[in-house]
Amino acid sequence: MWQWFHKLGSPKWFFGIANRLMPWLLAGGLIILAVGVVWGLAFAPKDYLQGNSYRIIFIHVPTAFLAQSVYIMMAVAAVVTLVWRMKLADVFVKAVAPVGLVLTFLALFTGAVWGKPTWGTWWIWDARLTSMLILLFLYGGVIALDRAINDEKSAARAVAVLVLVGVVNIPIIKYSVEWWNTLHQPATLKLTEKPSMSSEMLIPLLLSILGLYLLFGWLACIRMQTEILVREQRTKWVREMVMAGRN
Amino acid sequence: MSADLRPEIKPVSAGVGTFAAMKAVFGRDLKVAFRQKQDLLNPLLFFVMVVSLFPLGVSPEVSFLREAGAGILWVAALLSVLLSLDHLFRHDFDDGSLEQLVLQPQPLFLLVLAKTLAHWMLTGLPLVVLTPVLGVMVHQEGNSIAVLCLTLLIGTPVLSLIGAIGAALTLGLRSAGVLLSLLIIPLYIPVLIFGTGTVAAAADGASVGAYVALMAAFLVLAVTLAPFAAAAALRISLSNG
Repeated sequence: MWQWFHKLGSPKWFFGIANRLMPWLLAGGLIILAVGVVWGLAFAPKDYLQGNSYRIIFIHVPTAFLAQSVYIMMAVAAVVTLVWRMKLADVFVKAVAPVGLVLTFLALFTGAVWGKPTWGTWWIWDARLTSMLILLFLYGGVIALDRAINDEKSAARAVAVLVLVGVVNIPIIKYSVEWWNTLHQPATLKLTEKPSMSSEMLIPLLLSILGLYLLFGWLACIRMQTEILVREQRTKWVREMVMAGRN
Repeated sequence: MSADLRPEIKPVSAGVGTFAAMKAVFGRDLKVAFRQKQDLLNPLLFFVMVVSLFPLGVSPEVSFLREAGAGILWVAALLSVLLSLDHLFRHDFDDGSLEQLVLQPQPLFLLVLAKTLAHWMLTGLPLVVLTPVLGVMVHQEGNSIAVLCLTLLIGTPVLSLIGAIGAALTLGLRSAGVLLSLLIIPLYIPVLIFGTGTVAAAADGASVGAYVALMAAFLVLAVTLAPFAAAAALRISLSNG
């Protein structure tokens, strides 16, 4: 049972697994995302209230969804870093923090583009928007702290503490649309309830989210591989691999 | 800095109770602070100056100041706490007493809590005491001033406690000041929102009970959790050297 868990801690083992996974993640992600987005943008029915402008949901919701779940994944990895001192967990945090930052920015940006035709304003200081902005700041802080500490091990643990402290923001984002009376509409997708949108809109939306998840998986793998190569550049297996690649 | 200004932390034997150790740390921090009175005064001066920037820079109109006064005072208090955080561990880190603190047999998070409490007594509490005067200067009404003082009284310890985590994380780093602000301001935003929200509710004549309870909940959460995070961060920063 614990065998795979220990293996997971080995950068070399992960490097091999990632090599095998990445083509699938990339191909699957691109195809599913393309199907979802094209279906959503071109073929899904118009919204009876918002007309065509609602179609940005097929980009806005996946990015916002992933922006939050990337932070949760980072928090889980942070616990692993602090408790088991697993190298890969901290490689993961370091590799995906910039990705999370970009996703959060995209969610805010597409939200602003969507807000202009529907609310008549680019930005409003509403609870959901403000808490997403805080998430953007948190990602920025994590990256800044990581860059500021030279020692790799202390950087990993300090960043882990910061990520865990920032986790308090996640439930605030999630429930901001329910706790406060906000302009932002309530959640489109809920696990516990019947979806509030028709299946012709729902299926492309779910496909876009799944596609973006797979694409994120690919991006995480390639960024982690790069980080591993930098860290393990003095080890034998990296040298052998690089030399083999050169011949 | 001459050595006699800063009494060293005496090694406390394991037999000394945790509470006695906390009291010793607390007392030492107050003593050190009162031997350098200018450091005590600076955040307060900063607070007064930032508040006075708004009427001069934005508008001295009574209607504007009545509307924005509570927010101005809260933001100024937040910034001056932020500015003073650097002192929380820095000097102890520089002269090595922090390592002694970490080596004490008593739980580190309680000693950190005592240090943070001392920090609040020296920065947060004086800000609360100054608030009525500045509140009158930005044309707040009596009731608003009372509520403002109450929210700052509950809110500034939360700021000190959260700030302790950031101060511990950035200890010994280059350009720690800016970095500290980057890490801590996102976490300060909820406290600020509810702090000013309480005053706004009071100005509208609404009941503030729920808001005050929520802020008290923040305080309870910060007192119970922040010292653990700050203690963990201190150990990490000290192993960095």
